[in-house]
Amino acid sequence: MSTQTTDVDVPEAGDTQGLKQAVGDYVQRVKGGDVGSLPAVLGLVALVVLFSVLQGETFFTALNFANLLNQGTAIIVLAMGLVFVLLLGEIDLSAGFAAGTCAAVLAVTLTNRQWPWPLALAAALITGLVIGFLIGLLVARLGIPSFVVTLAAFLGLQGVMLLIIGEGGTIPIQNEVLLAVMNNNMPVWAGWTLWAVVVLGFAAVTLRAILNRRKVGLQASSTSVWLAKVLAVAILLGVAVYLLNIQRQVVRPGRLACTDTGAVNEPIGCIPVIQGVPWAVLVVLVLLVILTFVLSRTSYGRHIYAVGGNSEAARRAGISVPGIKISCFMICSFMAAVAGVLLASRDNSVSPTTGGAQTLLFAVGAAVIGGTSLFGGRGRVIDAVIGGLVVAVIANGLPLVTQQSGIQYVVTGAVLLVAASVDAISRKRTSTS
Amino acid sequence: MSQTAPILELRAVNKSFGPVHVLNEVDLSVYPGQVTALVGDNGAGKSTLIKGIAGIYPFDSGEYLFEGKPVHITEPRQANALGIEVVYQDLALCDNLDVVHNMFLGREQSKGVVLDEITMERRATETLRGLSVRTLKSVRQQVSSLSGGQRQTVAIARAVLWNSKVVILDEPTAALGVAQTEQVLNLVRRLADNGLAVIIISHNMNDVLRVADNVACLYLGNLAAQVNANQLNHSQIVELITTGRSGEMGLHPDSAMGASV
Repeated sequence: MSTQTTDVDVPEAGDTQGLKQAVGDYVQRVKGGDVGSLPAVLGLVALVVLFSVLQGETFFTALNFANLLNQGTAIIVLAMGLVFVLLLGEIDLSAGFAAGTCAAVLAVTLTNRQWPWPLALAAALITGLVIGFLIGLLVARLGIPSFVVTLAAFLGLQGVMLLIIGEGGTIPIQNEVLLAVMNNNMPVWAGWTLWAVVVLGFAAVTLRAILNRRKVGLQASSTSVWLAKVLAVAILLGVAVYLLNIQRQVVRPGRLACTDTGAVNEPIGCIPVIQGVPWAVLVVLVLLVILTFVLSRTSYGRHIYAVGGNSEAARRAGISVPGIKISCFMICSFMAAVAGVLLASRDNSVSPTTGGAQTLLFAVGAAVIGGTSLFGGRGRVIDAVIGGLVVAVIANGLPLVTQQSGIQYVVTGAVLLVAASVDAISRKRTSTS
Repeated sequence: MSQTAPILELRAVNKSFGPVHVLNEVDLSVYPGQVTALVGDNGAGKSTLIKGIAGIYPFDSGEYLFEGKPVHITEPRQANALGIEVVYQDLALCDNLDVVHNMFLGREQSKGVVLDEITMERRATETLRGLSVRTLKSVRQQVSSLSGGQRQTVAIARAVLWNSKVVILDEPTAALGVAQTEQVLNLVRRLADNGLAVIIISHNMNDVLRVADNVACLYLGNLAAQVNANQLNHSQIVELITTGRSGEMGLHPDSAMGASV
């Protein structure tokens, strides 16, 4: 071409990206405003270091690490659902009480009505889908702003929940299977098996993608980049599994640890062994894999991004915008239902405060801190996990440092604002470049 | 005008919106391998004409021939099926998706439920190469990072991806700088050289004269003239646009007067 513009060639076939180039590209992307999860990861590291320095003996322990995961799980799951709604540029303020309502349905059917647990669980999850469908219908078909619809649902569901729970106030959950999710841990060997499956699975999937691209001569990252990524994942998860497999109960001098929980010939008064990866981690992992697949590997997921990026363009391309919107609200409320079940499992009961208080704001915060944009069109499911961990670390570490709940609120609010600012600034950058 | 048969031909089409007669007995012939410029002042009926061709507003009466056969197009999908693609002025690209995703938006290729990224990337790259596009750093670049000219390029490439035969461009250079206008005009020329029929709407007479093979001028809903571009100069086109006639060309003075009512 005879123009004087940047005549950069379309990358030649068979190009491979070396480690150096991959890092360079990433730096370029960050400079261009596409920061992704970088601030959240840096923030997570900084917070862990900070709390370890301030309160090392209580914060950086195996017990607290497990506690932290336990506290974060429901928020992470809720945030995963919110990512879908945020991707459209919408918001769901009712997700917290949707979780509470679904938990109430679970408790009433399970405890009061004596339904078998799979049925009660199904009832809770279907309740979530119905709530999401109704919200989505009002937003997509009537065109009411989602902020208003879900604000109304926020108030309404709070009432519905009270009506379902009734005068009793708190309904206990006694089913062992449901309680096990948030209270029991995997055996040590199962934890390591899970680790191996995840690492090998990650390695296989990413390697296959690279080889497939090379086979047809498309630009692909080099094996060294792949190896670095796999190693990073393996080490990170390995450390986590190792920490979780440590006996968390502190054995005081003069007392013995039980050799095996539930065995007969134990010393009297021994301290039970608590170790292993919590089952809840498996739940989060499975949801993460499924939702990430849907969002990044299917045309449905692609259409969600398209609607969030430019709904008019999506409509002209033949995508059913109302359909996408309704389905995303359904996914969000479904995930809220899952979070509600997890909360019920963690607290061993359902009360009118389940899913209330800061649950929703923490979840929105988690998604945004993780790198999901409030303006729509940008975000991933893993953001919810990373951001959820940040929120959990703050919620867990701050009370160890200061007892003043005022400070805790202020800090959490400030972190959310910082995340939203990063989002807004990076959006400005990408739009002006 | 041309030896080859027109791929798309309109004969005496009419379109009214309520009492307003927007298109009045308009004839238009579009030839493969040629760029047909559609010019006219604001309100002359250019947009209505292309929306009729694209099936957004079906014509009220008149004949619509595609490859010599009469067709009846009432919705955009039918036009797409024939191989008619329109690139609107606002381009309708998703900023948050990359070039490949945008080119395949709404028509993604899948293996089962899984997106077939490799096939899509290859086809996108091939299409861009076929158009000799060298201004894109990577087809995996997000559209938000592209310049106006590059965006136009992506939108045009999307239109030709589907073995289209007729590509309609609505003011493709309106928002572009000098260098980018040059790029896009080169691309438009290449589309025609590749055998496609191109209809381009433009207000810029220099662009029209540079790139068009023939010029169709609308004047208040009437086709003033469709003539070979090399028989026209700048001022003649302006005359056609503003008065509906220029010398021997254009509407008969009476009908031009009549049309202005």
